[in-house]
Amino acid sequence: MALSAFLKVENISVGYGATTVLDKLDLGIGKGEFVALLGSSGCGKTTLLRTIAGFAKPFVGSIQVAGRDVTQMPPDKRGMALVFQSYALWPHMTVAQNIGYGLKLQKRPRGDIEARVTEMQNLLGLSGLGNRKPGQLSGGQRQRVALGRALAIDPEILLLDEPLSNLDARIRLTVRHEIRSLQKRLGITAIHVTHDREEAMVMADRIVIMNAGRIEQQGTPEEVYNKPASPFVAAFMGAENLLSMRAKLQSDQIELVEGEFNAAAVTPQSGRALTSGAVDVRFRAEAARLARSGDRTVLDPGALELRGQVASVSYPGGHWRHAVRLGDHEILVDANSPFDQGETVKVRIPAEALFIFNTAAATADAQPH
Amino acid sequence: MMVRIDLWWLPRAFVLGLLAFVIFGPLTNLVLWTVAEKWYFPHMLPLEYGVSFWQRVFSPRGNAMESLGTSVLIATLTVIASLALAIPAGYALSRLKLPFRGLILLAFLIPQAFPNLPVYVNIARFFYQIGLNGTIPGVVMVHVTHGLVFAVWIATAAFSAVEIDLEDAARSIGAGPIQAFRDVTLPLAAPGLMASAIFVFLESLDEFTGSYFVGAPDVTTLPLLLYTAGAGGNYQIASITALLLLVPSIGFMLVVERFLRADVLSKVGH
Repeated sequence: MALSAFLKVENISVGYGATTVLDKLDLGIGKGEFVALLGSSGCGKTTLLRTIAGFAKPFVGSIQVAGRDVTQMPPDKRGMALVFQSYALWPHMTVAQNIGYGLKLQKRPRGDIEARVTEMQNLLGLSGLGNRKPGQLSGGQRQRVALGRALAIDPEILLLDEPLSNLDARIRLTVRHEIRSLQKRLGITAIHVTHDREEAMVMADRIVIMNAGRIEQQGTPEEVYNKPASPFVAAFMGAENLLSMRAKLQSDQIELVEGEFNAAAVTPQSGRALTSGAVDVRFRAEAARLARSGDRTVLDPGALELRGQVASVSYPGGHWRHAVRLGDHEILVDANSPFDQGETVKVRIPAEALFIFNTAAATADAQPH
Repeated sequence: MMVRIDLWWLPRAFVLGLLAFVIFGPLTNLVLWTVAEKWYFPHMLPLEYGVSFWQRVFSPRGNAMESLGTSVLIATLTVIASLALAIPAGYALSRLKLPFRGLILLAFLIPQAFPNLPVYVNIARFFYQIGLNGTIPGVVMVHVTHGLVFAVWIATAAFSAVEIDLEDAARSIGAGPIQAFRDVTLPLAAPGLMASAIFVFLESLDEFTGSYFVGAPDVTTLPLLLYTAGAGGNYQIASITALLLLVPSIGFMLVVERFLRADVLSKVGH
C-alpha cells in the first residue's frame, strides 16, 4: 500500500481454543481514513475489531499504531475507543457521567470535564439530557451517548462494532451521515464493522470485504462494486444472478461459448485473470436490460444475450422486477415497464456488468447434489 | 337478578384459613407468652398479663442484651468474611471459563450435604485442640462455612447479570481492570451482593448447632440463650428472645425482596 499505514495489522492469527477465526491476516489503515469491515456474520470481522481493540489476543502477528507495537497492550492503554453494538451504556450513571467517565479516568480537572461533556452533548444533539439515565433515552439517543463517550477521550482510533444495527431503519439512514460527517470534521481514524453493504458504501473511504477469516478484497466503494475480485465479493455486492457457462480465451478476448439459452458472445478480457474452461457468470438484476423477442435493436459490442420466459413480475418500487426462467433455474432482471408473464424475452447484459470467474472445481465437487 | 355464588370459594376459604392458622397460630401463641405473667393448663388464655419478664430480659443482669450483642457481632463478622471470599470467587466463577464451573459451585454445597451434628462435633474437637473452641473467631468460622454457599451462589449470579460489554466499554476508554471493576461491575452487582450479605447475616443470627458445639458455654448467642430458657421451662424468656430474633429476620426479608431482581435470581446456580 502506497499510503504509509497509521494502524498496521501484520500477519495475525486469532482464535478461541482450537478454532482459528482469523488466519494470517494483514491490514493497513491510514490516518484519518474511514474503513468499513464488511462481511456476513461469522466471517471474523468483529473478531478482527476486538483484536485491534485488545479484547482478543492473536496467536501470532503484530498490531502497530503509529509505529508503536500494541500487540501485548491491554485495551485501556491503546488509545482507542470502541462503540459497542449493544451501546453498553452504564445504567447506574447519567448521560453526563457516561460521557465524562473516560476524562475522569485521565484525572482531568472537574471544570475541563464539564466543558468537554457539554461540548460532546452539543455536538451530538444531546443538550439538556445530561442528567437522564440511559434507561430514559430512545435508541437513537443511546447510540449517540455511546458515540459521545468514545469521542470524549479524543481517541487516536475510533472502533465501531455494528453501532447502527439496533436502530430503526429510518433513524439508521440519518445516523449514517451524521457519523460520517462527524468523522470527517474531527479527522479521526475509524474502523466500522457492518454486515450492511449499503451502510459500508455510504460511510467508508475504503471497504474491506471479509469471508471465512480472510480479506477477500479491499478498495473504494466504487472499486469493490464495479470490479469484484472474486465470486464471493460479486455475490455480496449484489450480483446474485448466476449462470454456468464455458469460456474460451483468445488473445485478450473472452468467448462465452454458445449454450442452450444464449448465442456465443465475445467480450473484452479487460484485465480479468481467467483460463479457458467452465466459468461462473454473475450480474446484477438492475444491470441487465429486458427486450421483447421481436426486438431487432443491435446488441452492444461485448454484451451477452439470453433468451428466456418471464415467470413472474413484481413491483418493489422504482422499477419492475422480473423472474426470467432459463430451463430449470431463474434469474432476476429489472425493467422500467412490465413484461407479461409467460412472454419470451431477451435479457441483454452489457460487457462491463458481466462478472466472470473460473468455476472453482473443488467447490463444485463439494456441492451436495 | 340472580347472584351466583362460586362454590369453589368454600374450599379455597377453608384452605386459606387453615394456612393462616398454621402460620399465625404459633406466632400469636409466642406473642401471648411474652406478656403472660401466669398461664397454665387448661386455660385458653393467660390468667395474668404483665411485662415483668421483659424487665428481667432487659435488666442489666439478664443475658439477653449481651447475647444480642454477641449475635450481631458474630453475624457482622461472618458477613464480612463471607463477602471477602464470595466477591472474588463469584466474580471468577461468573467471568472466567473455568473448567468444572458447576462442580465448583456444587462444592460449596458440601457443608450442607452432610448431617450437621457429626460435622460440628469433629470441628469442635479440632478447634479445641488448636484453642479456637469457645472463641468468637471459632464461631465465625463455622458460620462462614455455612453461609458461604448462599454468598458464592448469589454473588456468582449477581456478577453474571452484569454484561461483560459494560466492563469492556470501560476498559476500551482507558479504565484498568480494577477501575472497571470498581466503577462499573461492583456498583451494578451491589444489589445482589447486598441480598447475599443479608442472607448470610440472617443465617448466622439463626444458627444453633455449630454455635452450640463450638461456642458454648463461653460464647452465648441469642439462639443459645433461647435454648437455655426453653429447656429450663421459662417460656416467657424464650418467647421474648424468639421475638427479638424475629425482628431483624422480617425486616431484612422485606429488604431482600426489593434487592433481588428477577434477572439475578434467574442466574442462581448457572
